[in-house]
Amino acid sequence: MNTTKKLLACTALTVAAGAAFAAGHGNMADSMTLVSWGGAYQNSQQKAYVEPYLAMNEGVSATWDESSAEAVAKLRAMNEAGNVTWDLVDVVASDAIRLCDEGLAMEIDHDEMLAPAPDGTDASDDFGDLIVSDCFIPQIVYSTTFGYRTDMVPEGVDAPSQICDVFDLETYPGKRALERRPINNMEWALLCDGVAKDEVYDVLETDEGQDRALAKLDTIKDEVIWWSAGADTPQLLADGEIFMGSTYNGRLFSVIEEQDQPVGMMWDAQVFDLDGWIIPADLPEDRLARVMDFVRFATDTQRLADQAKYISYGPARESSAPLVSTHAELGIEMAPHMPTDPNNAENTFLYNYEFWADYRDDIDAKFQAWLAQ
Amino acid sequence: MSDTTDTGPVLAADGTPLKKSLSRALRMQKVRALMLIAPLLIFVLVTFIAPIVDMLFRSVENQIVSETLPRTTAALEEWDPDTGELPSDEVFEAAYYDIFIAAERKLHTRLGTRLNYEQTGVSSLFRKSGRGLDDIGEVYQDQFEDLNENWDEARPWAELMSDPDWIAAREAWDEDGAAPMPTYRLQSGISDVLPRTAEAYRIFAEFTQREDEDSPLEEEPWSMVHTALFQDLTEQDVSGYTGPQAAMLQGAAGAVGEFETISFRDGFVEIDEDWLDPEVWQTIQTYSPNYTTGYFLNAVDMQKTPDGPALRDEDERIYGLLFQRTMFMSLVITFSCILLAYPVAYLLSTLPMRKANLLMILVLLPFWTSLLVRTSAWKVMLQQQGVINDVLVWLGLVADESRLVMINNQFGTIVAMTHILLPFMILPMYSVMSTIPPSYVRAAKSLGASNWTAFWRVYFPQSVPGIGAGSILVFILAIGYYITPEIVGGTTGTFISNRIAYHISSSLNWGLAAALGTLLLVVVLGLYWAYDRIVGIDNVKLGG
Amino acid sequence: MADTLRNDAFVAFERVQKSYDGETLVVKDLNLDMPKGEFLTMLGPSGSGKTTCLMMLAGFETATHGEIKLDGVSINNIPPHKRGIGMVFQNYALFPHMTVAENLSFPLEVRGLGKSEREGKIKRALDMVQMGEFGGRRPAQLSGGQQQRIALARALVFEPELVLMDEPLGALDKQLREHMQFEITRLAHELGITTVYVTHDQTEALTMSDRVAVFNDGRIQQLAPPDQLYESPDNSFVAQFIGENNTLLGTVKEVKGGYALVELDDGEVIDCKPVNVSKPGERTLVSIRPERVEIDKSRLHPDAHLLKAEVLEFIYMGDIFRTRLRVAGNEDFVIKTRNAPDQKRLRPGETIEIGWLPDDCRALDAP
Repeated sequence: MNTTKKLLACTALTVAAGAAFAAGHGNMADSMTLVSWGGAYQNSQQKAYVEPYLAMNEGVSATWDESSAEAVAKLRAMNEAGNVTWDLVDVVASDAIRLCDEGLAMEIDHDEMLAPAPDGTDASDDFGDLIVSDCFIPQIVYSTTFGYRTDMVPEGVDAPSQICDVFDLETYPGKRALERRPINNMEWALLCDGVAKDEVYDVLETDEGQDRALAKLDTIKDEVIWWSAGADTPQLLADGEIFMGSTYNGRLFSVIEEQDQPVGMMWDAQVFDLDGWIIPADLPEDRLARVMDFVRFATDTQRLADQAKYISYGPARESSAPLVSTHAELGIEMAPHMPTDPNNAENTFLYNYEFWADYRDDIDAKFQAWLAQ
Repeated sequence: MSDTTDTGPVLAADGTPLKKSLSRALRMQKVRALMLIAPLLIFVLVTFIAPIVDMLFRSVENQIVSETLPRTTAALEEWDPDTGELPSDEVFEAAYYDIFIAAERKLHTRLGTRLNYEQTGVSSLFRKSGRGLDDIGEVYQDQFEDLNENWDEARPWAELMSDPDWIAAREAWDEDGAAPMPTYRLQSGISDVLPRTAEAYRIFAEFTQREDEDSPLEEEPWSMVHTALFQDLTEQDVSGYTGPQAAMLQGAAGAVGEFETISFRDGFVEIDEDWLDPEVWQTIQTYSPNYTTGYFLNAVDMQKTPDGPALRDEDERIYGLLFQRTMFMSLVITFSCILLAYPVAYLLSTLPMRKANLLMILVLLPFWTSLLVRTSAWKVMLQQQGVINDVLVWLGLVADESRLVMINNQFGTIVAMTHILLPFMILPMYSVMSTIPPSYVRAAKSLGASNWTAFWRVYFPQSVPGIGAGSILVFILAIGYYITPEIVGGTTGTFISNRIAYHISSSLNWGLAAALGTLLLVVVLGLYWAYDRIVGIDNVKLGG
Repeated sequence: MADTLRNDAFVAFERVQKSYDGETLVVKDLNLDMPKGEFLTMLGPSGSGKTTCLMMLAGFETATHGEIKLDGVSINNIPPHKRGIGMVFQNYALFPHMTVAENLSFPLEVRGLGKSEREGKIKRALDMVQMGEFGGRRPAQLSGGQQQRIALARALVFEPELVLMDEPLGALDKQLREHMQFEITRLAHELGITTVYVTHDQTEALTMSDRVAVFNDGRIQQLAPPDQLYESPDNSFVAQFIGENNTLLGTVKEVKGGYALVELDDGEVIDCKPVNVSKPGERTLVSIRPERVEIDKSRLHPDAHLLKAEVLEFIYMGDIFRTRLRVAGNEDFVIKTRNAPDQKRLRPGETIEIGWLPDDCRALDAP
């Protein structure tokens, strides 16, 4: 890439940001609208970032909008209507990429706008590869993985521990819950159909590979309940409706540790995904200044580590990991419950953003047609 | 009062034609009536008609391709994909300039997303190309720079290309002042000497001024401008040029013959080999018109091919199935609503007022509970470890291992939606039934009809308008329902509206969502028309 | 005696009671016998129980107690559609979704008659009510009077022996009503059907019926032919309900030779016919019809008691004069005099003397 140009762009942005900052302290909006997912996750953000920030900045108020699930569509509609009311939006990485692609999110200079690590490492190095888009400010690493009812494991059989146990109806009879979309399911199916991990996407690119994945899923189709909301699988597990099901690891943590249900965790082939902030494009200067000020605070090393007190998602900064302590109420060590903990991360996937950006429409059409049959 | 002559119109007392004075008298009334309905009319126009028109428009709108790639689509018109050959170099050249500009305006990924609906892989192709096209220009940019450092400076470029008056005006312009920014102007005659470069620089300068709010006097031009300059210098004779920076230009003109070159096609291939796939170009060509039937074809499981519209592969057909299923299930829901609502409405209409009111409150009770709560309650009732299964197992009717599957399938959707829509059936039925005097049934009985005959031949026909009104209401509500099927429908109990919602909020393919929505609207209107033809819309009553 | 009557009674109510709420009786101890072919009217104010009686007979209400017999057979447990009783409803209850002919065809169809037989009967029934042309119309396309005729034809088309009519003329204007009254009685007599007719219109009751049962408070107050009802009401309710009536309150002084001497409350004394008073000292309501009051002394018995009356108002009504008087403190005392050439026209303020034949003056129970 043209380094001169990039440098120039950075300088321009820095100047703009610097100007906003300088003007900022005198001219910052005193309210923010933050968009998140609601529930325990939003609560962890409220506790770890928002409350301390508001305590430091008297007279500032923050409003939550629980619209992250439809953030891209809503932001696009707001943009078309010419009235963006959101200041900071929590989205998954794939949505951040789409928003950036569509010009709906602002491009960020991570080093300039975000705080460096305590040891002085630049933010971009501290976040590393997790900056998957120029607009994306990573917050947490979460994973989609399986939980199972410990009391439904047949006698004389080990508890399921491998991803392929999901496809093994003979050893582990019972209902499964899978997400009602191809992403993750197709990869797991291919993996258990004998495809090597590093060839999964090459195979999935082809029609034959897609058919192969669907054929593998076909073997358990009759036993699958397809979920669409993150709360579904924990509920189904708690009700004893299913034997095992995929969901976000934080949800499983709360079923196991907070609700004390007989549920076990299966980390094998967990799929990492990222969640973070984006700033809508073209915010007015005073609102932008406020939001930049907040983001700088909310994504520093300590704040990201603090969030793990409330929910078992891994902080996106490398420098935050050693600071992760105990759960705010249960008092248990959170580190072993992080998806990034070495014991848990023996076999992992990272959501392939580029592949799914290309193949999502196509494979989804096939997947939905397959589901509907 | 009026005279009639053989030729003239009837006149009012004051001599004006009677018709005219009548219409004048009526005009006031009409204006008054119009004013009374104006608030509702405006409300409906804004919140109902306008979105529908917008939806219809979106389902065919396709300007994005020709607006983002104007040169490419024009150049592609000549290309015949049937030959199996790649488009000419002119097309690659046009695509270079188009995508370069689109990337600067951050529009290339948006177009990539749009075209990815039609051909998988275009999304990343465009994203990569937006980044990679700089490489082509840099080949020339570096060589010009090696020749003369001024080719990498903003000011000499500006002097070469721009109208001196504009430069003066721009320098004098005060950013914080009230005067508007001077509009960019090219130097007169430069377009003849360097046609491509002039065009490329003008786009750069205007973009810099308008979008980046920077001055072209301080910004080094894009590498695209260098590419254009190289092309111009190889083709044009610039020895006659005497304007500003003539020496720099002529110096370059002498040297370009020695330049290392790269063809646009090779440049593209270097970014991604997919550019060698004629299908990519064919997709661009197929979708270059401003309006497309593509979304509608997609909505009926078809796609555009070189040989015209054709059915999609069997494993990708879904919408026909979903439309059918939506119709079928809406009908089943409507019929079960009729069956359940009829006795209740009848009871309501015959009970004394006080008891009827109490029962009515029970009927309306579901309206006071949130839809999500009601639907979730059905989940608790119907699931395999749910209340109904527990009771059945406890009674010994069902073995514990073979609990009934009543949710996440069509059955669950039908049960939950019948419950939710039942009031919409009961209310019109009740309001029609309560207007049927009891004397009709009595008369029938006194004439010798048994209870059943009296009901079937006398009462029932008179209650049909209520059934009709309730059925239309329930059917149309059911056909567009989406929350309940989403929660309890599983895979076999979902509706077309679930796909529409998916395309609106998840896949962001709003064109396809609009096409599906339009089809749904057409289907509903068609059914309404059929209903009118078969039953007669006069036969629908909401009461009285 | 009751037994002999009951034996040839076509319709009989025996000690019938009806209560809707278990607390009050709407119909109290009703006994009624009707011979075949009779036209009987149930007359009374609303809420008097007459319609309830009709509905019990039709089978739409069940008697709480007692028995209803049709042609000697108890019909208490027979559902309405098996009773074979024709009925005309207040608002006709013509089926709006059927044509006139279909309406008439309905009772024949449910009886399983063949098509040609039905058509013949329908034609005869329509001709009978002079509506032969209207078979193809819908009820909504007919006028009120036409609908009335169709309702009648429908109630008669299956040739029932008993026809019930529930205020069938209530919705018609006066002229049409009078015409229909005549038509209905004509048809009833021609066809020899037994008819029970409910109305609150006394004129209708008097002009149409063989006998009238006056209902009040859940009981039959009097059951008699119209002339008897008018001229010899059994009690003060009947007297006041049927026709126009002047009343004076008084106390019986003596009863002698079939007549009673009544002292009015202002001290004047008059001769009356005792109806339900028997001994001196009883309070009584004296009733005199306006047309029986004489203002011409020469036409009365020389010994007749006369009363002073002051003329309050004189109304010219064409065929008659109607004069309002103050008599014995009653300011609503009305007399009617024929508009004859020699008839005197009274003036307000004038004081006259009035009198009557003792037979026309009935001493009834005081309310």
